[in-house]
Amino acid sequence: MDYGTYRGILTLVILVLFIVIVVWAYSKRTKSRFDDAAKAIFDDEIKHGNTISKEEKESEK
Amino acid sequence: MSQTVASQSEYNYKVVRQFAIMTVIWGIVGMGVGVFIAAQLAWPALNFDIPWLTYSRLRPLHTNAVIFAFGTSALFATSYYVVQRTCQTRLFSDKLASFTFWGWQAIIVAAAITLPLGITSSKEYAELEWPIDIAIAVVWVTYAVVFFGTLIKRKVSHIYVANWFYAGFIITVAVLHIVNSMAVPVSLTKSYSIYAGAVDAMVQWWYGHNAVGFLLTAGFLGMMYYFVPKQAGRPVYSYRLSVVHFWALVSLYLWAGPHHLHYTALPDWTQSLGMVMSIILFVPSWGGMINGIMTLSGAWHKLRTDPVLRFLVVSLSFYGMSTFEGPMMSIKSVNALSHYTDWTVGHVHSGALGWVAMISIGAIYHLIPALFGHSNMYSVKLVNTHFWLHTVGVVLYIVAMWISGVMQGLMWRAVNSDGTLMYSFVQSLEASYPFYVMRFLGGVFIVVGMLVMAYNVFRTVTAKSGSLATDANTQMA
Ligand code: HEM
Ligand SMILES: [Fe+2]
Repeated sequence: MDYGTYRGILTLVILVLFIVIVVWAYSKRTKSRFDDAAKAIFDDEIKHGNTISKEEKESEK
Repeated sequence: MSQTVASQSEYNYKVVRQFAIMTVIWGIVGMGVGVFIAAQLAWPALNFDIPWLTYSRLRPLHTNAVIFAFGTSALFATSYYVVQRTCQTRLFSDKLASFTFWGWQAIIVAAAITLPLGITSSKEYAELEWPIDIAIAVVWVTYAVVFFGTLIKRKVSHIYVANWFYAGFIITVAVLHIVNSMAVPVSLTKSYSIYAGAVDAMVQWWYGHNAVGFLLTAGFLGMMYYFVPKQAGRPVYSYRLSVVHFWALVSLYLWAGPHHLHYTALPDWTQSLGMVMSIILFVPSWGGMINGIMTLSGAWHKLRTDPVLRFLVVSLSFYGMSTFEGPMMSIKSVNALSHYTDWTVGHVHSGALGWVAMISIGAIYHLIPALFGHSNMYSVKLVNTHFWLHTVGVVLYIVAMWISGVMQGLMWRAVNSDGTLMYSFVQSLEASYPFYVMRFLGGVFIVVGMLVMAYNVFRTVTAKSGSLATDANTQMA
């Protein structure tokens, strides 16, 4: 296989991988896990200023 | 929701405090040297005919100080903080963490001594000579051990996205540094790169470009993904987008390096490939910026009262500006005008002073009270003062460089009808003079802002715990 073909195939593989990542990230299955992950940084909040509002906390569970 | 997490004392905050304080100090030093060399460009007599004070030696001192002392200290501080908080566990090893702090400070001091002495490998952003390079590699690998060790012993199942960006930054910088610094030593203070000719140029800008992509971008995006949501009090706009953002950025950045070598001995197809990849890079960059800014949706009013949040959000707008400007400058015909001119310097500083410095300053203002047991900074008003000093300074700086750069580009390429050059180099230099003074003024604003920050940090750190009441401070910024 010459270098050009090799590069072409590699580019294609990376492109496919990337599309797989996008589909995976936006699939229904990951939604709740990602939502939890996004909110997890507030788990450690001691009461002051920067807490997420009550409603948001409620809707989480 | 209210399960209590590892209490404060279970985290190693000592090393975070150390790096956070040094971020402020090295910020003042690095930016101070920057103002001094800006003054030298306007008034060359300021080198006083002393070799150690010549522009050629102080410029690398400035770049090393701001990137590796100021910026990297901010990355150490925030990454150690974020990885502990989001993994809900203490750092992997206190001893190794402490070693990275003292090791890194020793490296900075070594840089501050050797560069003014003229000891340099002459590779841009990699000027330090081989003994210091080895020390950097050792400290960096230790950093990786501490960071990944902490990730491994995490108490939560998911690795928060900020850590992905930090992890990418740590691994890539290790590889870049080790490959680019390969050299044959001929004495303790002199070595020669093992690469030659066009290959050396390509390796150098593979390093230089990806140092921008992974140190000055990915690392600080890690900061962004933690501190923007935290300070805004809302989860990131789209976690899914952040995952795609990460993979797109790391897989694309690597290919854009040739935009630093347009119209050089680099093969033409490499230049064109670099140009195309640079333009594509616009997409993930803006995806990330939008993700950060939209995190505020529904909380825009907080920008009015919270200058820390303002630092963070304005830094994102500068990030958006430089990642629009960069792809544009990567187009070969545009680069033919901008290369070697002050336009590049303007671009660098909208990235460095706008994006990197502002996100770091915002993060440090968030960190200092948290680390020293207060609910807020000694004076929110002074944070606001700093915000305006910094913003005005950056705008003065980059506007001056844009005008000066485009003017230089146009003057250098102007030809008379007989094909001779219309302007001499010195004529273009004279035309730039007022803009060099303007840049100097911008720099003064920025350093004054950093001094205000130092005072505010000092008062916060030394204040009695609990004495900085919230209500006394939330009054208007
Ligand atoms: C999509 C993103 C970006 C692209 C495509 C890009 C592209 C470019 C181009 C074309 C140049 C000029 C090369 C030359 O003519 O010599 C340049 C220089 C530079 N850029 Fe960017 N840029 C981007 C983002 C950034 C950001 C966010 C920062 C800072 C945090 C930054 C820092 C730099 C630095 C330090 C240089 C100067 C290199 C030197 O010393 O010559 N860039 N960039
Ligand atoms: Fe670049």
